[in-house]
Amino acid sequence: MNYTFDFAPVFAAWPSLVDGVIGTLKMSSLSMIFGLSLGIVFMMMRMSKQPALKAIAVGYIEMIRNTPILVQVFFVFFGMPAIGIRLSGEQAAILAMTLNCAAYAAEIVRGGVQSIRPGQIEAGRALGMHTVDIYRFIVFRPAIRAVYPALCSQFILMMLNSSLMSSVSAEELTYFAQTLDAQTFRSFEIYLTLGVIYLALSQFFSIALGMIGRVYFSYPAK
Amino acid sequence: MIRQFGWGEFLFLLEGARWTIVLSLLAFTFGGALGLAVALGRTSKWAWLRILIATYIQIFQGTPLLIQLFFVYFGLPLLGFKVDVWVALTIGLSLHTSAFLGEIWRGSIQAVPDGQSEAARALGIGYMHRMIDVVLPQAFRIGLPATISFLVNLIKGTALAALLGLTELTRSGQLMANITFQPLQVYGAVALIYFIICVPLTYCSARIERRLNAAR
Repeated sequence: MNYTFDFAPVFAAWPSLVDGVIGTLKMSSLSMIFGLSLGIVFMMMRMSKQPALKAIAVGYIEMIRNTPILVQVFFVFFGMPAIGIRLSGEQAAILAMTLNCAAYAAEIVRGGVQSIRPGQIEAGRALGMHTVDIYRFIVFRPAIRAVYPALCSQFILMMLNSSLMSSVSAEELTYFAQTLDAQTFRSFEIYLTLGVIYLALSQFFSIALGMIGRVYFSYPAK
Repeated sequence: MIRQFGWGEFLFLLEGARWTIVLSLLAFTFGGALGLAVALGRTSKWAWLRILIATYIQIFQGTPLLIQLFFVYFGLPLLGFKVDVWVALTIGLSLHTSAFLGEIWRGSIQAVPDGQSEAARALGIGYMHRMIDVVLPQAFRIGLPATISFLVNLIKGTALAALLGLTELTRSGQLMANITFQPLQVYGAVALIYFIICVPLTYCSARIERRLNAAR
């Protein structure tokens, strides 16, 4: 092996790496929030008694879960202009990640909601709670608490998947790295550094989501 | 004259799908073999080996698959190997698979009740036979649904090969979209082919999981 490692050009380009981290953080956080919200809507459709709503939700969820996210983002970015919806790379990336995240979140949250016994809701009703409050405090909060770890891994996976969005020129970490690669040809050093940054980001998300969970779900159990 | 997206173009996509399946099977086979070693190492009695393997798993689960593939693709030539994209992708995807399957199977091995291996040890059965004849067959059943789900993820993961230039299903779609200028139809068809490949597996996995839960 006669290759001299040279990390200098990689470190010299730190401002663009910081921009990349910000882009990745922004895109993945937005997709997590939108994806969870949309996912809850799909989950409710999936559990509704209306056969039509249920069929739409099942079809959507299975379609998303059984196709690659790369194809989904290509579909949004390259395909949708044909029906008059033209999005920038970043918008397409956020939309595709949101749509993707929604399908997974719907299935995860459904698992949590199914773990709530009907007696709980009846008890809430017997105490004279409002329907909105019943859903908020008796159904969703404990349900999400029950599946929170699974939801967190899904979110982290989402953040890692955002690296694919460079292929539609959304300005996230991998995008800047590829630009840097084209300028310096230090591929190996760049992707090694990138791996370390992503590893740190996933640790960061794991800790941050854990803290959010502890604050939001720190009420007496059972 | 611009080509229309018709039957011939669809067949071109199917030809790409063949390489998606071949690549998935290669990665699943090699990754599975290595994954078994990872799972056994992760449950071994030596702490240093457990920590080493845990780090290995953490690295693969904490970085994007795309970066892992780039890393192998650009890293192997530095070690003096001249590799083509097929070899790099097979190695990259196999390593990725081994970490994920290793973690799934570690869980399955640990889910087998302790009494089973204690009884085997009491009967004087050595590590090899304890694993092959007692623990692994039971762990296999427990781990099967998650293993199949991972296979679905792997098939979807091979789409990234398109970004390294291998003409599998997604790359065929890109080429076709550029020729026909009908990206909506082309990517719709690509998604449909992935769907048709993956859905039976997803269905199988869910069915086996339900049956295992009912048996418990």
